[in-house]
Amino acid sequence: MKRKLVSLAVAAALTLAPGALVAQQKGGLKLSDGVVKIGILTDMSGLYADLSGAGSITAAKMAIEDFRAQEKGNVFPIELVYGDHQNKGDVASNKAREWFERDKVDMIGDLVTTSTALAVMPIAKQANRITIVSGAASTLITGKNCTDTNVHYVYDTYALANGTGKAVVKQGGDSWFFLTADYAFGHSLEKDTSDVVKANGGKVLGAVRHPFPGTDFSSFLLKAQSSGAKVIGLANAGTDTTNSIKQAAEFGIMPKQSLAGLLMFLTDIHSLGLKTAQNMYLTEGFYWDFNAETRAWSKRYYDQHKRMPTMVQAGVYSSTMHYLKAVKAAGTDEAKAVMAKMKQTPVNDFFAKNARIRDDGRLVHDFYLLQVKKPEESKYPWDYYHVRQVIPAADAVGPAANSECPLMKK
Amino acid sequence: MFELLGITPQALYSQLLVGLINGSFYALLSLGLAVIFGMLNIINFTHGAQYMLGAFLAWIGLTQLGPWLGSPDFSLNYWAALIVVPLLVGALGIVIERTMLRHLYKLDHLYGLLLTFGIALIIEGLFRQWHGSSGKSYDIPEVLRGAINLGFMYLPKYRAWVIVASLTVCFATWFVIERTKLGSYLRAGTENPRLVQAFGINVPLMITLTYGFGVALAGFAGVLAAPIFTVSPQMGADLIIVVFAVVVIGGMGSILGSIVTGLALGLVEGLTKVFYPEASAVVVFVIMSIVLLVRPAGLFGREK
Repeated sequence: MKRKLVSLAVAAALTLAPGALVAQQKGGLKLSDGVVKIGILTDMSGLYADLSGAGSITAAKMAIEDFRAQEKGNVFPIELVYGDHQNKGDVASNKAREWFERDKVDMIGDLVTTSTALAVMPIAKQANRITIVSGAASTLITGKNCTDTNVHYVYDTYALANGTGKAVVKQGGDSWFFLTADYAFGHSLEKDTSDVVKANGGKVLGAVRHPFPGTDFSSFLLKAQSSGAKVIGLANAGTDTTNSIKQAAEFGIMPKQSLAGLLMFLTDIHSLGLKTAQNMYLTEGFYWDFNAETRAWSKRYYDQHKRMPTMVQAGVYSSTMHYLKAVKAAGTDEAKAVMAKMKQTPVNDFFAKNARIRDDGRLVHDFYLLQVKKPEESKYPWDYYHVRQVIPAADAVGPAANSECPLMKK
Repeated sequence: MFELLGITPQALYSQLLVGLINGSFYALLSLGLAVIFGMLNIINFTHGAQYMLGAFLAWIGLTQLGPWLGSPDFSLNYWAALIVVPLLVGALGIVIERTMLRHLYKLDHLYGLLLTFGIALIIEGLFRQWHGSSGKSYDIPEVLRGAINLGFMYLPKYRAWVIVASLTVCFATWFVIERTKLGSYLRAGTENPRLVQAFGINVPLMITLTYGFGVALAGFAGVLAAPIFTVSPQMGADLIIVVFAVVVIGGMGSILGSIVTGLALGLVEGLTKVFYPEASAVVVFVIMSIVLLVRPAGLFGREK
């Protein structure tokens, strides 16, 4: 009821390009409406708003400003709009249609929450516009549901399962029970992790699906407790994960059983506090404190947003920049031509090194197996992780041979 | 029988107990709504935000207040928060009632609903801006940490305390409204304010205090919830819809109805989580639809 009543659109223009003529020549470029329009469609008010949301908009703004600075102001007009999809597929698809058909948006970015990404991708394909998924996780995005106008930029459930799942099994956690958010993302994460657990000699004892978003997880945790599994895999995200961890502590689940947060973001650790989260393993596609380059960018981001970036927000910056460069190189904002350029050019920045976009749309880049620091090990604000292992790009993405995406079988 | 259903009696009992804990939250929150609707005819959509406010104020008291006041060692502990926070939240409710709500009493219910809904959005938006959406952790007070072994499950002491505290408050509220002289003034004031005023009772003041009390109940529930749930701006919005369904099932404005229905629905939800967890978010609304079809005034409501 509440969210139905909330007005859907919040749009802000960074720069204005008067007039909307078809196929104008701007700065030597063939632009469909005289302007390159980027839409950030994200969760502005729900449980994922901290890990994407306003922070993703900040990242996109930074990318546009930096692109302008790099080109010394001699650029085509760029406009940024943003909207709240409330983590609902139907809201997301309505907004996307409105943006493509009425507002002439050329690229939609962020798309946190798998159900919204899967809803918007086919609409973009039909309208011949680009989607760059940074927020959502399901392998369906580059699997059965892949499109030739989409890039899956940051992370997927395969990478998470391979990072955290494998690490936990190797440490002796060989029997698992899953607590799964009951929608496409949770199912996908549960399946991918189960596969990894089994492949590494572990057993899966069962799973329970909880409504999304949930508040009280005690019933589900009791089921997990009575399963006797050594590891309870949390195939959920955001406050669902933090609530599960908090309540597991209350019901005395640890240390007899251990928890594995299969998708956790920097903001979740920030919210839980190191005391509660210490020693947990997690996998991310980006960590702000990894090297000098990531630190330099993240500090600039921090100055604007007052929080360190999550992998999603860093991905929005990097992908928006990559997109703008591809528009310039292609000399047009027509989706097929831009996509061809994006796939041709490797991504080489603070976010990813020599990373390429595969035919199915997956950006193939390194991942990090991280462990949360103990409170006494944290030396400065946002110093939360030990980097335990850099997972090479080739291991972090699903093998091309197993792909269910028709585009891969060309 | 249990084997047939594929579940052990232990599991069933523990799930029912967990259901009862959730039910006591539903009861406490729907009680506040029922008091406000019963006495003021206002559908208080701000209730969820006021519950969230209770939890946040408790968190602020515990972790932020000392540094703000310049003495980092000072903090408002859990037990003090249980008293102080509801008073603060109630006081804010009174300000809202005095400055805004009272102008709407003569209009349709819908206006009150829209106003309170708007206020809820503003409060939630402010807290999201201020603290982000991923939430804060509130530690369980020292005395209530740990669990009691009941044989069939480990019952966290804090959860046991939640049941005791909320049932006590619910019963006390019911008793005051239904069985005391003060309660009879209140009920009479709703039926015929003019007549009651003619007896020398200050009806507007009584109404203001009633709203403040209903809101304070939400604040109290918020403090109770803070150690269990992540304290986040959307915590109330997630819960309020279910609580409204509870009020509708119990019968709008029925005090006893809201308490009994709150507990019962907690149990039903707990059972659903045993047999078909995927449906646990929907079951309350299915029951609501059936009740509305069979008894439009709710289980305990009176037809007007």
